Amino acid sequence: MAHDTTQHHGSATKRIWIVFAILSVVTIVEVILGIIKPEFLTDTNFLGMRLLNWIFIILTIYKAYYIAWAFMHLEHESKGLRRAIVWTSIFLVSYLIFILLTEGGYIYDIYKGGHVAWDF
Amino acid sequence: MEATVVRTGTEGKTWGGGNEPLKASYGKMMMWFFILSDALTFSGFLAAYGFSRFKFIDSWPIADEVFNHFPFLHGVDAPMYYVALMTFILIFSSVTMVLAVDAGHHMKKGKVTIYMFLTIIGGLIFVGSQAWEWKNFISGEYGAVKTAGGNILQFVDAEGERVALSEIAVPIEGVRVEHDANNGIWFDSGEELPTYSLEEIKAGFIQNEDLLIRTQTLTEDGQKTILSRDESLLKLNTEAIGTVEGANLTENEYGAPLFADFFFFITGFHGFHVFSGVIINIIIFFNVIIGTYDRRGSYEMVEKVGLYWHFVDLVWVFVFTFFYLV
Repeated sequence: MAHDTTQHHGSATKRIWIVFAILSVVTIVEVILGIIKPEFLTDTNFLGMRLLNWIFIILTIYKAYYIAWAFMHLEHESKGLRRAIVWTSIFLVSYLIFILLTEGGYIYDIYKGGHVAWDF
Repeated sequence: MEATVVRTGTEGKTWGGGNEPLKASYGKMMMWFFILSDALTFSGFLAAYGFSRFKFIDSWPIADEVFNHFPFLHGVDAPMYYVALMTFILIFSSVTMVLAVDAGHHMKKGKVTIYMFLTIIGGLIFVGSQAWEWKNFISGEYGAVKTAGGNILQFVDAEGERVALSEIAVPIEGVRVEHDANNGIWFDSGEELPTYSLEEIKAGFIQNEDLLIRTQTLTEDGQKTILSRDESLLKLNTEAIGTVEGANLTENEYGAPLFADFFFFITGFHGFHVFSGVIINIIIFFNVIIGTYDRRGSYEMVEKVGLYWHFVDLVWVFVFTFFYLV
């Protein structure tokens, strides 16, 4: 049951430790940023969100990429399987996020500006 | 091939399972599709969390203030240190898992055993840490007062430091006593008495001139609004209806009850995944020890359970970002 796609040439341990180092460094950076919260990052808004939050989200996706590609061996799978997994999730999740966050923002506006009493 | 499979005489042929679409074995591909659907479930939860947060964008609790405990550091404000540690534990158990898979590719039974064992230990430590985090969240720290509109009022002193209910309350002999089963023939259950009644808090608040009320509303800088002394007194006397300690599914001393609901639901669902992952890992671990995969000539089962384990780690990376960082 051995497959060419999963069989490594030599040992992959070196790559594993490199990926572990990358994930650790990124996590440490995230935690440090989360604790000190630099003012120029929290005060700057970019596309409706704080720059700091954009950084967190981009770093998270960067980490997710390494976990999926290196740890879950997506880089050794066939292109078809990889695309079936990655594009399906990216497409559906982006749609879900877009629709729910837009709706959440709209309800916030209604609560705030509409003539609806909800806090008695 | 596995010895337990019923032979049909078509093995290896296209319609006998010999054709492997996408060059992945049946089990591995199905594990991937399960992971994909599970990823969509978690996305649904996290997006729903985002929805509720956007709905209450100007009054959502600040995660740094909620999760600031660290074992053996009592009273020390340690925002995120503990979750960061948990994240490391999970990432590291992912590393040992992938090392086990790698050792499996080289048919090294001893190494697979050791790495699987380390992975299980890491998973157990993580689940234990999560339980500790839940315990802190459920028991709460300072306590607060809730209003008729479902808002939370917290107390701070002149320096803006949080003050606990226990420091404010002036003991008043209560009229109500807790109703116990031995006092009534048709006893069902009674509402539990809070540790500190609203009257005790009000009395203590009036006595101590330094105390101010902090509302949930966020200012422009992302800090919670602190009312003046007069506003605080007015608010407490007109709107407060009871005290809240800790968090559960209906009230939450840190702010919106929805925050607690989502916390319990999402981290609980993730914790359940970690727990089931540990169980599956243990089963595979014993199979490795008794040499099942050695005889089968392939450690692909380790690889499949590894996929699940990495997925759990992957989800945590996102939960960590959206619950604790953003």
